[in-house]
Parts: sequence; structure tokens; C-alpha cells
Amino acid sequence: METRSGKLPSILLPAAVFAGGVALWALIWKSGVFPPSALPSPLGVIRAFGEELRNGRMINDLSTSLYRVTVGFLLAVLSGVPLGTWMGQKLKARTAFLPLLNFFRNLSPLAWIPFAILWFGVGDLAAIFLIFLSGFFPVVLATMAAVAGIPAVYSRVAETYGLHGFEKVVHVTLPAIMPQIITMLRVTAGLCWLVVVAAEMIAGRDGLGFAVMDSRNGLRMDMLAAEMVLIGGIGVILDRVLVRLTKIPSVRWGYER
Amino acid sequence: MKDSPFRLNGVSVSFGAVEVLRHLSMDINHGEFVAVVGPSGCGKTTLLNVLSGHIRPSSGTLQRTGGERMVYQQDGLFPWQTVWQNIALGLREVKDPAERDSQIRELLGLIRLEGFEQHYPHQLSGGMRQRVELARALAGNSETLLMDEPFSSLDYLTRIRMRQELARILQHRPRTVVLVTHDIEEAAQLADRVIVLTERPSQVRCELSISEPRPRGLTHPEVIRAADRILKELGIQDGAPSLANGKEA
Repeated sequence: METRSGKLPSILLPAAVFAGGVALWALIWKSGVFPPSALPSPLGVIRAFGEELRNGRMINDLSTSLYRVTVGFLLAVLSGVPLGTWMGQKLKARTAFLPLLNFFRNLSPLAWIPFAILWFGVGDLAAIFLIFLSGFFPVVLATMAAVAGIPAVYSRVAETYGLHGFEKVVHVTLPAIMPQIITMLRVTAGLCWLVVVAAEMIAGRDGLGFAVMDSRNGLRMDMLAAEMVLIGGIGVILDRVLVRLTKIPSVRWGYER
Repeated sequence: MKDSPFRLNGVSVSFGAVEVLRHLSMDINHGEFVAVVGPSGCGKTTLLNVLSGHIRPSSGTLQRTGGERMVYQQDGLFPWQTVWQNIALGLREVKDPAERDSQIRELLGLIRLEGFEQHYPHQLSGGMRQRVELARALAGNSETLLMDEPFSSLDYLTRIRMRQELARILQHRPRTVVLVTHDIEEAAQLADRVIVLTERPSQVRCELSISEPRPRGLTHPEVIRAADRILKELGIQDGAPSLANGKEA
């Protein structure tokens, strides 16, 4: 339990660590271990940030990447959760599909990049396809495991009180796994955000991943570092947004027991 | 006089090679409170599952009339639903929302949890949760309450209080009750009839009736006498059982 008096240190402590990190970076830059072309200064990165914001490229790349991740992630969740729910209830389906799912889950989605380009060309579709692949298998597996682990007593209660079929799924099965679903959404969204950058580096003409490659090719390491800061920051924000789901009253039980 | 809610005739249950229940025959009468006690692992819960229809007898016949609802040891409530929603689950056949709301409110009053309707189960104590579960099971018009060691996860004082609550609530909402328990005091204090089962494969070792009307105090002489007899029947307390084998006159 966090106490009230822990409020201030919870801001100050991370801020101090952050400031220390930036100071260390500045020190290394100053020491000249790396040539200026290989390591930009903190101030240089802030300037590059301003430049990128002014010419609007960064906002474009950001919205492009966010669009791809959102679509790919939603497709993975909207198809993976129903499939996982079904499999969680059917032992035979699990037996049949589990090895295949495990295979694809352990196959890096980046290995699909050449096929993605061949099938969908360079652009939105290829990236969305790759993000879908990175999200789909973990979503199915996590949902399946969660459904298979629902305590039997809930099914019996549902039966006693006349909840069957679709009504049971909506009022019992899905609420019973919602805490695990939310955790799974956070993990998967993080994974998708990692993959979109890698995918765009190879199969993109825009987006943050492409911007990283473009800055490297232009030897603009200050811009590259600014983009890295943005990519990491957005990843944190995505997680902070999803963590809000755990505040919904009807899922609190999953985190407080 | 209504039919017996349960009539078991030579019911046996086996899981593979393990025989759990052997030739159980009993009638449970309308409005009666029956407690089933026995050594742990003797098949008490199996018997409840037979009564609820979740396990089919391997042989023998079972007649059931009227609906039945189960109160579980713990965590039988849906944790994602509020107290109000959980109780409403027991009233799904009531279509008129105003009527349903008024019945929920009445049940909340009965279990003395007014003001907690928007709480979730994890925000309540164990005793409060079991009261909500009781209210859910009592909602509507099902004939029988099946209780599977409903108070066993509670601390001793809460358990004693819950027994009094159950006895009081049953006065307002009479039901046929089958209570499975290993708490001998509980059986002696609450039941009209106690069925003592033997070790597995379970048979009826003896039945004893307690004529003192409910509710009774924990230290009522009848309750203590009954507890003493049950203990002797189970071979836990020294001394021959005061009645050889069978019903009290």
C-alpha cells in the first residue's frame, strides 16, 4: 500500500534518476570518448527535437506509426480474444491447435518482413500485417489459458441461475478473465510498439521506424536520438493509458486479492 | 403436504474403481433442515452434487422436485458483480424491474447489508460475503437450499454468528435445507435431523432427530446432547453411542 507521504518522493526520486542519467550522458559526451558524429549532446538532441517538430515530419511519422499499431493491435485483439475464448472452453481444440500456436508465437514476426513486402508492398498494409502477427498469437494463448483457468464454481453458479450460451460468455466468462485480459493487452501493446519500429525500418517509407533509418542514412544522430526519445516516451504513454483499465470497478477484484 | 423434495433409493456413486457412496436411501421432507456429517473425504460433497444433479448416481434412483440452489464454501459470488447485481442474479425470472428492485432491497434488509449494495465481494468480510450468497440463493422461489460447508472458511466467532443469522433468516424465508458440514456443533444447533455417514464407501451410520424447535442456542441442553451423540457415533468421543443404530423414538 502506498502511503500519502510517499507522494512527493514518487515524483522526486525518478526525476533525480532521470537527471542523473542525462548528466552522465553529458559527461561522456564532454569527455570525447566518442566523436561528436557518433554521440550527440543532450542539448543537440533537444535542438533536433525542435527542428523535427517545426518541420512537422515527426508528427507525421508519429501519427503514421500510431495508426498502424492501433489497427494491427485491434485486429489481433478482436480476432484473438474470441478464438482464445473458444479454445479455452474446448479441450480438443486446445490439443489440436496449441502446437501450431506455440510455433508461430515463437517465430519472430520480423522474419515475415520479406513476405509482408511481397504480399502487401511497402506501406501501411505490410506494417499492419506484421503488427497483427506479433499480437495475435500471444492474445490467443493468454486468453485461452485464462479461460481454461476459470474456477469451475463460476460455471456451476451460471448454470444454477440460468445463464447459458452467449449470455454466459458475456456475463461470466469474459468478466472472469478481464483482469488477465487487461494485463495481456498491456504486454501485447508493448510488443506491437516494438515491432512497428522494426517493421518500418525495413518495410516503410514513413513512420518512426523509417525516420530512424532516414536519420542514420543522413548521419543526423541528433535527430535519431530525438526519435528514440519519442519512441520510448510514446511506449510508456501507451502503457499508462492501458493501465487505466485496471481502475474499472468491476475488474479491481483481480488486482486486490 | 407437498412431495419430498428429495427421495434417494439405493443410490451408489463410484468414480472409476473408487466407491464413494453405497446404497444410500433417504427421504428429505418438505421444510426439513437436514445436516449431513461424517469423516472427511467420506463423500459428503458428492452427496450434495448428487442432490443438485451435477453427479448422476451409478446405480439407484433419485427423485427431485422443486428447484435447488447451492451455497458454496467460499467465493461462490461473482467477484465482478456488486452485491446488488449478485443478488439480482437470483431473481432473473422476475421480469418486472420495480418488483425485482423491491425484492433485492428486502433481501438486503434481511441479511442486514443495507448500504453495501454497490460494494464488490472483495470489499466485504468473509461473513458478509456468505450472507450475500445466502441472499442470492434465497431470492426467488426455489424449494431447497444445498449448503456445502458454507461457514467453514470463517473464523470461529463469525461462524457462530452466521449460524444464528441462518436460523433467523430461515424463519423469514423457510426452505428445505441440506447442510453438509464437518462442524458437529453446527449440525446439532441447526438441524432437525442429522445424518451421520460412515467412512468411504459411505453408508448411513445413523440418523438422529432433534425435536427442540429452531432457532436454538449453542449451549441448549438438547444441542449439547446431540453433539455428544454425534461425536460418539463418529468414534471421536469415548462411550457407547446412546442409541444403538437408528432413529430416535
